[in-house]
Amino acid sequence: MATEILMPALSPTMEEGTLSKWLVKEGDTVSSGDIMAEIETDKATMEFEAVDEGTIGKILVAEGTEGVKVNTAIAVLLEEGESADDIDTAPSAPEAAPAADAGNEAAPAASEAPAPAPSAPQTDTTPDWPEGTTLKQQTVREALRDGMAEEMRRDENVFLMGEEVAEYQGAYKISQGMLDEFGTKRVIDTPITEHGFAGIATGAAFGGLRPIVEFMTFNFAMQAIDQIINSAAKTLYMSGGQMGCPMVFRGPNGAAARVAAQHSQDYAVWYMQIPGLKVAMPYSASDYKGLMKTAIRDPNPVIFLENEILYGRSFDVPDLDDYTVPFGKARVWREGSDVTLVSFGIGMQYALEAADKLAEDGISAEVIDLRTLRPMDTGSIIKSVMKTNRCVTVEEGWPQGSVGNYITSVIMQEAFDYLDAPVINCTGKDVPMPYAANLEKLALVTTDEVIAAVKQVTYS
Amino acid sequence: MAPRKSTKKPNVSAEELKAYYRDMLLIRRFEEKAGQLYGMGLIGGFCHLYIGQEAVVVGLEAAAEEGDKRITSYRDHGHMLACGMDPNGVMAELTGREGGYSKGKGGSMHMFSKEKHFYGGHGIVGAQVPLGAGLAFSDKYKGNDRVTFTYFGDGAANQGQVYESYNMAELWMLPVIFVIENNQYAMGTSTKRSTMSPSYWERGAAYGIPGEEVDGMDVLAVKEAGQKAVAHCRAGKGPYILEIKTYRYRGHSMSDPAKYRTREEVQKMRDERDPIEQVRSLLLTGKHASEDDLKAIDKEIKDIVNESAEFAKTSPEPAVEELWTDIYATEVPQEA
Repeated sequence: MATEILMPALSPTMEEGTLSKWLVKEGDTVSSGDIMAEIETDKATMEFEAVDEGTIGKILVAEGTEGVKVNTAIAVLLEEGESADDIDTAPSAPEAAPAADAGNEAAPAASEAPAPAPSAPQTDTTPDWPEGTTLKQQTVREALRDGMAEEMRRDENVFLMGEEVAEYQGAYKISQGMLDEFGTKRVIDTPITEHGFAGIATGAAFGGLRPIVEFMTFNFAMQAIDQIINSAAKTLYMSGGQMGCPMVFRGPNGAAARVAAQHSQDYAVWYMQIPGLKVAMPYSASDYKGLMKTAIRDPNPVIFLENEILYGRSFDVPDLDDYTVPFGKARVWREGSDVTLVSFGIGMQYALEAADKLAEDGISAEVIDLRTLRPMDTGSIIKSVMKTNRCVTVEEGWPQGSVGNYITSVIMQEAFDYLDAPVINCTGKDVPMPYAANLEKLALVTTDEVIAAVKQVTYS
Repeated sequence: MAPRKSTKKPNVSAEELKAYYRDMLLIRRFEEKAGQLYGMGLIGGFCHLYIGQEAVVVGLEAAAEEGDKRITSYRDHGHMLACGMDPNGVMAELTGREGGYSKGKGGSMHMFSKEKHFYGGHGIVGAQVPLGAGLAFSDKYKGNDRVTFTYFGDGAANQGQVYESYNMAELWMLPVIFVIENNQYAMGTSTKRSTMSPSYWERGAAYGIPGEEVDGMDVLAVKEAGQKAVAHCRAGKGPYILEIKTYRYRGHSMSDPAKYRTREEVQKMRDERDPIEQVRSLLLTGKHASEDDLKAIDKEIKDIVNESAEFAKTSPEPAVEELWTDIYATEVPQEA
């Protein structure tokens, strides 16, 4: 059967091209791989190779012809025993490019694709632990270690790797005692090579293990961000659901004290933007423990953003055998009626201090700790704003494209009519972190700034 | 050290030789068909063909056992066919259809098969190298004797993460074979223009990793080298490097006019070193197969490839709901 040779698309964007030169003539035999013609695309002159073998029966488009549409028949290839006389010489109209068709169909279809429903303010307000539970005081550092160790006892596929996690007992002593309990197989010191070990851990997760990767700080995770985003976060989707990546990337994030620009950055919003990742950024010790246990059990890659300043701080932690905190459930630390303060991580310290001081002035602030940023419990925020009609967000990160900006847009879309004042985002200043003690203090968000913002939105 | 050639009298049966011929021909014809479908606009975006490099994956798969893993870059169609993935599913992924291995959501560069232990298909040059070392880490952790074939090109061989992986793979004695498919061009940049140390396998010595150079146009040489590397890894001796000297006949991707090399250079390689022709000639001169036998194989392959193209054209586009699925797992997919 004679085969039409069609004008090929030779780049992702080519729709038509110039048939510059024929390198074969009628009657020539060709086999697959032989170069038949030169075709000028929108980008370059390309060689066009034969796919099938046969004899060139007829050339339908002469060389030098410009504007030849993709999929126009340009020649006819004869198989053994066929004659050129059998060919209908009228060049056929180009077959509509299937890809273009698909595009046209896809466009309206895409707009009909089910978008996630706007989250109605249905919120889970059950307490984190049953009434009457015994509480013990524990530092964030101890709570984190306990959370990891409990999960490692529970599942032998969980292991910890990172710089100085084993023999040194952790650069910030988070993994203290873990080498002794779990041994060198499961608590693994790495060379200083974030890109490489983040990739190895991701591969190990593809292979069925549940790695916990400690970055000495998240500043160094920028060396590894390609593996976190392109490999860990996207592979489930790219594989049509075949490849899971159950793992945790954890470590201190944000400003510590006097370590200047390269060691003082809040990455919350960077990771919060990525579909495929989950992001936790806890404040209290009980949340560090409960969310860490949930993170390790989660079948997805989780970014767990800790804070060095909080490591030594003590909180009540429930004395329960298996205490977990679900993702996507905010915690209301303080109920109030005049304004909603929304924060997470160390930002909660400023929000809670501000609420205490505002109470002295007779302003009642509700304080919400998001605990996880992806998924984010926007329902709790909306529910609260519907009550208080005012909102101030608090975070350490930079102002442009902040977590607060996102929260503001959600409130505008879902509770616009309830707002009595613009939402204010209290953030770190729009500068690299300075070293000098006085300047560093100025660069961070402060309790006073939160109080001033609340006074502004409450017109007091 | 000269590239490893196959031993003079290959210890290989007629059946094995015919299987290599068949497997390499399947890749060659599949890729030609993919190029044609790209020309018709049925395949979009980037499409990197494997034509010319067939002996690399077919030779190494001959050295692999069930349960061994493999991972590679975006020039991945050959690896998938060689490890036994269904040509229909691969071609339908190229056309972005529901019947594709990733339900049409991955495309040419991102395909996977848990069943065949094929871990992708990765689009970022060099990123698959630590991932491959990590797959090997998981096998060592579990205490089995599986090995992971981690493929990358001469271009990726200059990425820093490759050397981070070498360092940790040897430090932790990971059962990983680093396979450098040196086709001499990183897109348009020849090895001569990108490094003063063009013997890539020798770089392993800096980390204590043994390796060797192999003639990648000779499937039997590749298989022999692969068996040696596999034995090294399975014995718990850590990683091994194979630098396989190969050649791609086509451009880097479908839109590469390949002006950085002469037509004569390509033609010479095709005429004198073609991996499929070499096996064909061995089969015929050794009277292991007749012209008719080979014609029958050609016909079988043509039918498989045509069927895959037909499947890839007729499989529907993914349902619009698929836009929102597979972003988060609710449970960890289990090893097949």
